[in-house]
Amino acid sequence: MELEKLRHGTELIKRGFAKMQKGGVIMDVTTPEQARIAEEAGAVAVMALQAVPADIRKEGGVARMADPQMVAEIIETVTIPVMAKARIGHFVEAEILQALGADMVDESEVLTPADNKYHIDKTGFTVPFVCGARNLGEALRRINEGAAMIRTKGEAGTGDVSEAVKHMKQIHGEVRALKGMTKEEIIAVARTIEAPIELVIETAEMQRIPVVNFAAGGVATPADAALMMRLGADGVFVGSGIFKAENPEKMAKAIVEAVNNYDNPEVLAKISRGIGSGMKGISVDTIPEEQVLQNRGW
Amino acid sequence: MRIGVIAIQGDVSEHVDALERALVERGEEAEIITIKHKGIVPECDGLILPGGESTTLGKLLIREGIADEVLEMKDAGKPIMGTCAGLILLAKEGDEQVARTHQHLLGLMDTKVNRNAFGRQRDSFETELELPFLDTPYNAVFIRAPGIVDSGKDVTVLAKIDSMIVAAEQGNILVLAFHPELTYDTRVHQYFLDKIF
Repeated sequence: MELEKLRHGTELIKRGFAKMQKGGVIMDVTTPEQARIAEEAGAVAVMALQAVPADIRKEGGVARMADPQMVAEIIETVTIPVMAKARIGHFVEAEILQALGADMVDESEVLTPADNKYHIDKTGFTVPFVCGARNLGEALRRINEGAAMIRTKGEAGTGDVSEAVKHMKQIHGEVRALKGMTKEEIIAVARTIEAPIELVIETAEMQRIPVVNFAAGGVATPADAALMMRLGADGVFVGSGIFKAENPEKMAKAIVEAVNNYDNPEVLAKISRGIGSGMKGISVDTIPEEQVLQNRGW
Repeated sequence: MRIGVIAIQGDVSEHVDALERALVERGEEAEIITIKHKGIVPECDGLILPGGESTTLGKLLIREGIADEVLEMKDAGKPIMGTCAGLILLAKEGDEQVARTHQHLLGLMDTKVNRNAFGRQRDSFETELELPFLDTPYNAVFIRAPGIVDSGKDVTVLAKIDSMIVAAEQGNILVLAFHPELTYDTRVHQYFLDKIF
């Protein structure tokens, strides 16, 4: 087999990678030891970052991509895919993460944006990207820039699932509303939500966004994870919810099992017992406007 | 006929869609069931283990009690197809990566696998692959793909990339390192269905 006959970084490969994550739990980790715990619990991937969102929120300052040394050590520690966060618009952080061997880059509002006008042009990268979205227009703009996976923004680091619920319902509601529309009506919607017409038409036909859509931002318990799956998420990101819980090992394993048994309350009841308390959390409506992370990105 | 797709995690709906398209093409009917819990595998005439994360799939196959049912299915001589993670799970032996994560292998095929034989996601690729049961090459999509590094005498090698085996058969079991469910070409699923019908 000649190497030049191998095609790398195609849309099919990038979106295909995201599809392999479906039905799984992706966990935020800050050290190789946490990554090992996540893998042992059954996570489908880990997300490497400097500090979990709850700590970023508490500590303030500028949040950047994780220390490349740490990302490299996490990559060496686990066999499951390693994702890592880059700042919105910071294409060089993304290039560094790609060079390190990260399997997916999260252009994330959890970090301090590097560009207040433009997101990264993700089409030129070999590795796939995941991006946050609050509504259909935002999701399709990110897909148009090359995102191979979407996640709800929710409100990271709060342990309050209400914003993730809002964003998931918002996206699904907008998709449902496209059903039965004429082409001219769909074009009008595309203009209103500032999304490319072709992607809105594709969404209307498929009755879902064209890439995998995960829940993220505030998921803290097995019940939260199951709730997001019931609302139609393809899988779940858990940030601070694992390693800010009383017993991370138990919480991680329970959330993995909850995602596989999301439609069975009897099993969920069993899974949710004896796992210790979840992260303390902070109610979204008590956060000052300037500290709301989901408003970053556009 | 009833065909099961293990639905613990991974690209399950893509396999279901591919099976449905393939059935329409051949003008035959079958019930397709997605399986997350024990008790259903024994009712199936054929089974697919999809792509996903083998570490996660292996753990949950055991926790849910499905692993033993798959072993019984093999003994009953019913066709089983494993793609990507499925190729790993059906193998007898893994590499040091597999051992390090205490990965449980079903051991249905006399094969030794390398979990990420072709590297990380940035090394994932598409290529035209010759398969002995097809007239023209197949656009094969490899995503963090595994490979078979060694196989016993009962294993028939169907395709290789360099020295790595990427498609193989042993009795009623078919394994592929790539993802036929990600393209619209149903010929690999047809080959699998030929074994069931």
